[in-house]
Amino acid sequence: MAESVATAPAHDDHHGEQSFWSKYVFSTDHKVIALQYMFTGMAMALIGGFMAYAFRMQLAFPGMDVPGFGLVSPAQYNALITNHGAIMIFWVAMPVLIAAFGNFCIPLMLGCDDMVFPKLNRLSYQIFLLSSIVLLSSFFVEGGGFGGAWTSYPPLSSKAEYSLTPLGSSIWLVAVALEFVAFLLGGINFVTTAMNSRAPGMKMYDIPMVVWMIVIASILFMASVGPLIAGAVMLFMDQQLGTAFFDPDRGGDPILWQHLFWFFGHPEVYVVLLPAVGITAEIITVFARKKLFAYKTVLYTAFGTGVLSFTVWAHHQFIAGIDPRMAHVFTVTTLLISIPIAEMMFVYIATLYGGSITFATPMLWALGFIATFLIGGVTGIFLGASGADIYLHDTYFVLAHFHYTFYPIAIIGTFAGVTYWFPKMFGRMMDERLGKIHFWGSIIPFNLIFIPLFFLGAAGQHRRIYDFTNFPELAAMQHWRVVATVAMLVMLGFQLVFLYNFFRSMFRGEKAGKNPWKANTLEWSAESPPPHGNWPVLPTVYRGPYEYSHPDRDEDYWPQHVPN
Amino acid sequence: MRPIATTRSAAGLPTGLLAVWWVVVSEIVIFGGLLASYIMHRLAHDAWTEQAAHTNTWIGAFNTFVLLTSSLTAVLGHQAAEQGNGRKAARFLWMTVGGATTFVAVKAFEWTTEIQAGYTLTSSTFWSFYYTAAGLHALHVIAGAIIMIFVATDAAKNRELHRVELIGIYWHFVDIVWIFLFPLLYIAK
Repeated sequence: MAESVATAPAHDDHHGEQSFWSKYVFSTDHKVIALQYMFTGMAMALIGGFMAYAFRMQLAFPGMDVPGFGLVSPAQYNALITNHGAIMIFWVAMPVLIAAFGNFCIPLMLGCDDMVFPKLNRLSYQIFLLSSIVLLSSFFVEGGGFGGAWTSYPPLSSKAEYSLTPLGSSIWLVAVALEFVAFLLGGINFVTTAMNSRAPGMKMYDIPMVVWMIVIASILFMASVGPLIAGAVMLFMDQQLGTAFFDPDRGGDPILWQHLFWFFGHPEVYVVLLPAVGITAEIITVFARKKLFAYKTVLYTAFGTGVLSFTVWAHHQFIAGIDPRMAHVFTVTTLLISIPIAEMMFVYIATLYGGSITFATPMLWALGFIATFLIGGVTGIFLGASGADIYLHDTYFVLAHFHYTFYPIAIIGTFAGVTYWFPKMFGRMMDERLGKIHFWGSIIPFNLIFIPLFFLGAAGQHRRIYDFTNFPELAAMQHWRVVATVAMLVMLGFQLVFLYNFFRSMFRGEKAGKNPWKANTLEWSAESPPPHGNWPVLPTVYRGPYEYSHPDRDEDYWPQHVPN
Repeated sequence: MRPIATTRSAAGLPTGLLAVWWVVVSEIVIFGGLLASYIMHRLAHDAWTEQAAHTNTWIGAFNTFVLLTSSLTAVLGHQAAEQGNGRKAARFLWMTVGGATTFVAVKAFEWTTEIQAGYTLTSSTFWSFYYTAAGLHALHVIAGAIIMIFVATDAAKNRELHRVELIGIYWHFVDIVWIFLFPLLYIAK
């Protein structure tokens, strides 16, 4: 680099003492920023989970005085479902899967000491934190939080007389826009770091899969979010300045928003999916002690998925009055995109085949990801076919389908990653027994929540309705709603086991040592937790990341940084 | 001390250059989304032709000339920076900043006359697009000019000369956006 910074004036030692503020609050260290993102994401997950608790209680027991919340009014119900969706995708899945794991893993797995733009990284987190605060503040303004669904379709979202949240809807939009800015900055950082800062000797196909996946996800995000940023500007002007971009009475077009939203919204599914797929790849190779089956195929498949994901968005709009010929095209592309995803799942199963499998907690989560995401993928085929979708559109079938994709991604993928990298993050092991209790206590209730919702959806139960007992044909199925809500209470209860395990292990867990899982990738060659600067001498790479059970070796793993 | 990561170059290109190109990629889709929306609307509404007839082509053409010239000085600045002549590079960058200022001033005059003639943001969806697209572009011009002032101040002291090229790339992008906006808003009538 042609940088003329030859002079390094006397300043504090890079690895020396840092004050509390520069170490934890205004840090530029990628690991600290990763943890900031993770804890903020976890806090938002608790808030999003609490919202789900409140509106599920209302659905199962209409008119109930919900403990800890009180009576849920119709307007509050709308605000709760809207913000639950927005929070879980934009403030939980994205910060934890991409930003937290990306920040933590990319420099460590590539063998460098930090991101290429550490200050930009810090700015990215600060903007993200600001966006979270702005979002939560929308609940405390006049009219309350925005209640027009997380997709924010106009005219409901653009006109205060329809949404009844004159301030809430604009604050919500600003929060989403700020969040996008944070992830654009972060994404540029991730991609550039992966392109330029790899350890000496690390070739393209020596990069661990999770890094590739986060990089592809960041590129997808950068290439898809633009139209929605433009759309958000237009919607904001419709709300506050009286323009009519989305108002059909005055020459606008509400369908335009749907195109702009879903042009981003569908790639966004893959933005959060791919990191979870990458985390799974790391974990199953380690705990099956086997090389990843078809590394290059997975990589090309991920790129292919990314390209295809830009051509499927209108399958969200089959009943929005789009041209039926266009619906045919989007049906075909949507069904096509299930092929690469199915292929990845088969590749993972092939990786497990003949492996020497240990059912440690991270491995359980990784296998749970494959199993549950499969159901999500298969039910998506019904919705991708325009004929079936016309019946199922906007029912609980759709809702159950995308929870079967997002729960594996955002929750199972996160727990897989957290339990796997916890020893590296905090230098201590998590408790295996509590980990397994938490796993089963989450995965069984999860299925009990959403399988009934498939039935309800197939029976014609629409989404975003405050009280189904007012509909005689739906009131008879109230018992399924109660089953789902009780299962959700059980699942939320088991998260306390995780929180206890997490915070207890952070201080009291068994010391982990450098490489507790006997894994190959570079992060396991650093101290646990890695100090500021990660390694005293940055490592050099000699081979690919998945050389497990090599026949010429005595040990069943062959770390990337070991010369031979 | 800078992290070692910032000094590596595994892809063979300077990190800053890579990052600027990724910024441009994400900006392309922002303007792409806005302009695609505009074009779709325009094709669906014949009445917009009549409204577009009121835009001032001559002012638009003058601003196109100003922006293209400012891009030329940005390139000359890059050339000077490559030769290691920071003072000369800074001088050219200041000329580009001058171009940006002229552009914004002309824009302000143009908008004032339009608004006085009764064509405001809310007059019709065509005018909404006119002000939104040109306004978003003008914000980029202003942001680019502010960054350029910082880069020029450094370059004058022969510091961070590689940044002259980076801000140049961004400036060309801003220029190209205008090359799309000019025919769409001012010529197609």
